Amino acid sequence: MPTEKPAYVEFAVTARKYKTLLTKKYQNRKPWVNPSPFEVQSIIPGTILEIFVKEGEIVKEGAPLLILEAMKMQNRIEMPFTAMIKKINVEVGVRVPRETLMIELEAVEEIV
Amino acid sequence: MSLKKNIIALRQKKAIVEKGGGDKAIEKQVAMGKMHARDRILALLDVNSFHEYDLFVEHEERNFGMAGKELAGDGVITGTGTMSGMPICIYAQDFTVMGGSLGLKHARKITKIMDHALRMKVPCIGINDSGGARIQEGIGALAGYGEIFYRNTMASGVIPQISVILGPCAGGAVYSPALTDFVFVVENISKMFITGPSVIETVLGEKISQEDLGGARVHAEITGNAHFYAMSEMECFDQIKALVSLLPQSNMKKAVSVEPKNPKSKKNIENIIPADAKQPYDVRDIIYALSDDSYFLEVHELWAANIVIGFGRINGETIGFVANQPMYLAGVLDCDASDKAARFIRFCDAFNIPVVTLEDMPGYLPGVDQEHAGVIRHGAKMLYAYSEATVPKITVILRKAYGGGYIAMNSRHLGADFMMAWPGAEIAVMGPEGAANIIFRKEIMEAEDEDAMRQQKVQEYIDKFANPYVAASKGYIDAVIEPSETRELMIHALEMAKNKDDYRPAKKHGVPPF
Repeated sequence: MPTEKPAYVEFAVTARKYKTLLTKKYQNRKPWVNPSPFEVQSIIPGTILEIFVKEGEIVKEGAPLLILEAMKMQNRIEMPFTAMIKKINVEVGVRVPRETLMIELEAVEEIV
Repeated sequence: MSLKKNIIALRQKKAIVEKGGGDKAIEKQVAMGKMHARDRILALLDVNSFHEYDLFVEHEERNFGMAGKELAGDGVITGTGTMSGMPICIYAQDFTVMGGSLGLKHARKITKIMDHALRMKVPCIGINDSGGARIQEGIGALAGYGEIFYRNTMASGVIPQISVILGPCAGGAVYSPALTDFVFVVENISKMFITGPSVIETVLGEKISQEDLGGARVHAEITGNAHFYAMSEMECFDQIKALVSLLPQSNMKKAVSVEPKNPKSKKNIENIIPADAKQPYDVRDIIYALSDDSYFLEVHELWAANIVIGFGRINGETIGFVANQPMYLAGVLDCDASDKAARFIRFCDAFNIPVVTLEDMPGYLPGVDQEHAGVIRHGAKMLYAYSEATVPKITVILRKAYGGGYIAMNSRHLGADFMMAWPGAEIAVMGPEGAANIIFRKEIMEAEDEDAMRQQKVQEYIDKFANPYVAASKGYIDAVIEPSETRELMIHALEMAKNKDDYRPAKKHGVPPF
């Protein structure tokens, strides 16, 4: 029987705070961040096979941005909406983990 | 004519095959800190009780240099024996024979002993120590795995199935243990993953050790794949023996009753729970105060520690305990806790083990991660498991029973047979602070001293609702009892429920929110 008093912390469940211990899994949980529409992230880990756009270029919605090969499948990543390519953070041949910020976008006036 | 010559030949033949991969390979196995498969079986079973089947089975592969290759028992030892006198079927993969790799004949030996267990209605224990599919056999190995999974599923809920991971268990091989009722792992020895570190590094460039990816501790604490965690093989075997002694042979039987014993815990049950609902305590102390000989075999001790599950005995009969644990995460329900409890309740129900629920919970864990991880879907598993169960179901509300958690923790509304509450129980739709803030919002906001008014209203709510008597007045609780009466009333309830008969509508099977 441990005689030492465990290091209880304050833990809020609704309006009341309880004294308790935290589990390792709870402490290691990832905080949620609101995803920005201007960030093109990898949804699956893989390798960049080809990049079709350049920084500064204005690209139309639906146009291909790059090919991300993952699980023996070549995924064509498309432009989510018409915008300018602000920054490309990946190169052909690099392996990217999941949720890597691959391309940053910048809003432009809609071209008619 | 004497058979002497043939007998000697048989003995010689047996002696060779029983050596598995040979002395050198066994030495290597021992040097890795592992026991040989045969020794593992002998250590687990009662002395001289093991009877081996299919010792002379040989593989039939002719490709990739396999022709003429002799593999003792095709890398797996199968047979029957007894544990504490109870018959069981057992198999152990032999890592010293071609890395314990699984070929078709190896798999067929396993499925044969599983079929035997299912027909004879005895528990089946599998010891896994295998490099995986025998690549040379290709589709034969895959067929073998599939045939094992099918039998695991057929036997589920009919006979207790136990998996012991004593070596690598990777790729498709992990799914047999995942389908069984209890998985045992040992520190530094057990490794389980679908894709190993080398594949992960090649594909993703992420470097991780086998231990960090799928070692014993990871599965015992993070993934919940393992139910029991031990520091050595011998400790693991003791855990298995303890578990098996608490279980029935099959779903047609009851677990063996033993001589009833009084709890030996010296703690006064009235003093374990702090009166202040915000203060923690170890709910296992309550279990020790209730169970025979204060014995409790905890399942999933490290994973989702905010709920405690496990087996003990009351009045000599095996009982499944489910208890909120205020010591961890204030005893909230979350995805993992719901998953953990729901599967345990279903196991108890399948094997005629009454369920005792000890409730002290503040609600569900708030957070984006929980909502996005599907706490609705996971939480629903618990409602399903309790509602579905027809074994005797007893609930004791120790302290807090708020909101959805009150319903989920085997409430009367889900079919509890006996509902008791301690006098300090707070049964309410939510905690007093939250409730007062909503109900008396206007009064609090309009008051000169908001905090004082809030305190007053919180107290008003506590006096009016945060007690067991409102629920008792409606008959949702059968009795408000003194803590010291709990064990006696539980014994009474279990006696009353001996012939419980509960009907469910005929169906092929339900569709629980897996």
